[in-house]
Amino acid sequence: MKNKELFLNPFSKNNPITVQMLGICSALAVTSKLEPALVMGISVTVVVALSNVIISLLRNTIPTRIRIIVQLVVVAAVVTVVNEILKAYAYDVSKQLSVFIGLIITNCIVMGRLEVFALANKPLPSLIDGLGNGLSYAIILLVTGFVRELLGSGSLLGYQVVPNKLYEWGYENNGLMILPPMALIVVACIIWLQKARQK
Amino acid sequence: MKFLRQYLDKIKPTFSAGGKMAMFHSVFEGIESFLFVSNATAGADETHIHASHDSKRAMSIVVIALIPCLLFGMFNLGAQHFAAIGAPAGWLKALVYGLFAVLPMLVVSYGVGLGIEFAVAQWKGHEIQEGFLVSGMLIPLIVPVNTPLWMIGVATAFSVVFCKEVFGGTGFNIWNPALIARAFLFFAYPSKMSGEAVWISTESRFGYGGGQVVDGFSGATPLSHLGSDAPNYLDMFLGFIPGSVGETSKLCIFIGALILLATGIASWRTMLSVFAGGLLTAWLFNLIGANVAMQTPPLQHILLGGFAFGAVFMATDPVTSPRSRNGKYVFGFLVGTLAILIRILNPGYPEGMMLAILLMNSFAPLIDHCVVQNNINRRLKRIKQ
Repeated sequence: MKNKELFLNPFSKNNPITVQMLGICSALAVTSKLEPALVMGISVTVVVALSNVIISLLRNTIPTRIRIIVQLVVVAAVVTVVNEILKAYAYDVSKQLSVFIGLIITNCIVMGRLEVFALANKPLPSLIDGLGNGLSYAIILLVTGFVRELLGSGSLLGYQVVPNKLYEWGYENNGLMILPPMALIVVACIIWLQKARQK
Repeated sequence: MKFLRQYLDKIKPTFSAGGKMAMFHSVFEGIESFLFVSNATAGADETHIHASHDSKRAMSIVVIALIPCLLFGMFNLGAQHFAAIGAPAGWLKALVYGLFAVLPMLVVSYGVGLGIEFAVAQWKGHEIQEGFLVSGMLIPLIVPVNTPLWMIGVATAFSVVFCKEVFGGTGFNIWNPALIARAFLFFAYPSKMSGEAVWISTESRFGYGGGQVVDGFSGATPLSHLGSDAPNYLDMFLGFIPGSVGETSKLCIFIGALILLATGIASWRTMLSVFAGGLLTAWLFNLIGANVAMQTPPLQHILLGGFAFGAVFMATDPVTSPRSRNGKYVFGFLVGTLAILIRILNPGYPEGMMLAILLMNSFAPLIDHCVVQNNINRRLKRIKQ
């Protein structure tokens, strides 16, 4: 496969969330606001891309029987680095995301890409594949977070965007949007749109 | 009637295949079959028997059964309004005020719901399904009187799309659409759905009525301070208490129940077991009696809030309750039990009936499965002996 195709594939017909249904839990957990969704998206992209490259470099030396353990060690190391960086430079968001950064280790997208792609391909394609999958995951998170924060809190990235006039006319924020079930429904709507468009 | 039939026959070719308006066939078909029972018969070499009371007729009867509740609800809404502003008025004035308050809600709920149903039927090329006839009536009856109209519109749209259409339309929904609309409002806009200010309308409607609440008047429903200062039983039975439009008068609900039972649309098994479950649970809590809510007499629980309304009009929904006879007993009993449990143990959710019915709706297929499996096992045993 060409590199461009490798990069773009996850955005449409092979999207990790809307097609493969991977990484749904984190998509539900962190998208009630746009900011954590953004940080989570970037973190996952970094983790997938880096661990893809590392595993791809090691692919000829890893014994098949213990490959899962090796993968986990690599992913855990990268996640720890990301977590420390977030704590140092974006403490508030890191507190909001709490365990979910640590739980990237168990994100199916990461393990899936390592198993399916990095173990059988060279470092450069692996890097591109990791970036593509991470960013396409991030995009779904951003769209979900955008809808949920806009309708649920009337703000975007913490800044109020719904004009006060509207509240005076009787508009109210939709409290259901902040609750986890609505994330499921928003993601379902994205899947719906995508399926309808692809037909 | 005859004139209507002739008119429909006259414009029918326009909507049939090849006609000018053939693309609106589903709309025409929907209206025609709503007005007249289809007289289409099977061909000579086909066998085809069906009862004349199709689901459009069944839905119309449910709507008729709801009318006493609706009318009394309008009157009570007006009476509560004039009592709250300290200017008691006659029953006619009260009814007119209630009409002005409820009619816009009905228009919005039917407009949005039927609009989506017609659009989807048109888009998919289906026949128009009639399920919304009842839901559209139920939604205004079960929300607080002060719910803003746009919220009713949003909730109706949500429930029709996500509770009904995505599952395949009328007859395929897992949950009761009207209750989903109410649950949506309850979780999305809690400030407009509970508390003291939402149950009695004080603003003027179309320039009619309106005024300041007199001092010391509390608009809370008796349900929200369960156990303390309940109104007398006659008021609760007749419905002269604040509450959602349709739920207050148990007498009107009783009339509706009689209509539904006489026509065989609702199941007496479900109704009976809901009340049995509710009474039994409330009685058991009475025995414990650890706090005021637990000491509420069982009869008072049945007469308060939406319990009776839910038992008669919501729990008996043939689509979302179990099909099997024994399953109906289990389903109803658990609805009644859960409703009282939620009311007493979770003060944050005073209306336990809504959540109880929705929760049991999800289990209806499982209950049916267990009943059928139980039958199979029993008969298998008989063979082996």
